[in-house]
Amino acid sequence: MLIVHVAVTVLLGIGAFFLLVGSIGLLRFPDFYTRLHATGKCDTLGGGLIILGAMIYHLFQYPETLLVSAKLAFLIFFVFIANPTATHAIMKAAYKTGVKPWRLGEERR
Amino acid sequence: MKFKGKRFGILLTFCIMAVFWVLLSGIFDAFHLISGLVCCAIVSLISHDLLVKGESEKKLLKSLRLLIYIPWELWQIVLANIDVAYRVLHPRMPIDPQIIEFETTLRGDFSLVTLANSITLTPGTITIEVEPDRGKFVVHAIGKEPADALLVDQTMQKKVAHVFMETAVRTEDLPTRK
Repeated sequence: MLIVHVAVTVLLGIGAFFLLVGSIGLLRFPDFYTRLHATGKCDTLGGGLIILGAMIYHLFQYPETLLVSAKLAFLIFFVFIANPTATHAIMKAAYKTGVKPWRLGEERR
Repeated sequence: MKFKGKRFGILLTFCIMAVFWVLLSGIFDAFHLISGLVCCAIVSLISHDLLVKGESEKKLLKSLRLLIYIPWELWQIVLANIDVAYRVLHPRMPIDPQIIEFETTLRGDFSLVTLANSITLTPGTITIEVEPDRGKFVVHAIGKEPADALLVDQTMQKKVAHVFMETAVRTEDLPTRK
C-alpha cells in the first residue's frame, strides 16, 4: 500500500509540476504562438499524469468499483486526442487572421 | 473484397460501441445488456461508415501497427514536455521560433490526422495548417533543432507512412525539388 501511495504522490507531483511549467511559459514566452507551445504540451502530459495518479489510487483503494478506473482511462485517451486538435485549431485561427509570429531579437508582445 | 471490408467495419464499430455501453452504464443485468447490444447492432449497421471509411484492405494490420506506434508517441510526448520545461525555466529562454513548410506523400485522411496530431505533441512543433490534396504541412517550430528534425530526418513521416502503409517520404521524389 505504501508503494502505491508513493507512486500516486509522485505522479500527481510531476503532473502538477508540468501544469505549473505550462503556466510559467504562458507568462514568460514572447508571443501568441510560443505561448501555445507551453500550454498545449504541458497541459496534455500534466493533466494525463494527474488523471493516471487518480486512476491508480482508485484502483488500489476501492478495487470493488473497477469501472471508475476504466472511465478515467478513457478520459486520458480523449484528452490526448482532443488537446493537440484544439491547439492546432487555435493556432490555425491565429495564422489565418494574420497574427505575426515573433522572431528572435524582436521585442516581446 | 468490398463486402469483406464492410463487414470488418461493422464488426469494429459494434465492438467499440458495445464496450462503451458496458463501461458507461455499469449495470450488468440481462435487460440492460441485451437492449444495449441490440442498439449497438442497429447503429453499427446503419452508420458504420462514419467510423471506418472506405474498403481499403489490411485494416487489421494497420490497427496493429498503430498500436505499436502509440508507445513511441507517448515517449515523444514525455520528451516534448521536458523540452518545453527546459525552454521555459532556462533564464535566457533558448527559443528561435520559425514557420516551416514541407510536403509529404501521405494522402489518407486518417494518416494526415495522425501525423498532424503527432507533430503537435512531439518536441517543439505545432501544426498550423494541412492541405490534404498536396499533403502540405505548415508547422510552427519553437527552435532550430525541432524544425530540422521534421525537415531533414523525417523520422515521424516515415513512421506514420509505415503504419498506414503509404509510400515513405523521400525529398528527391517530390516534384518541387526536381
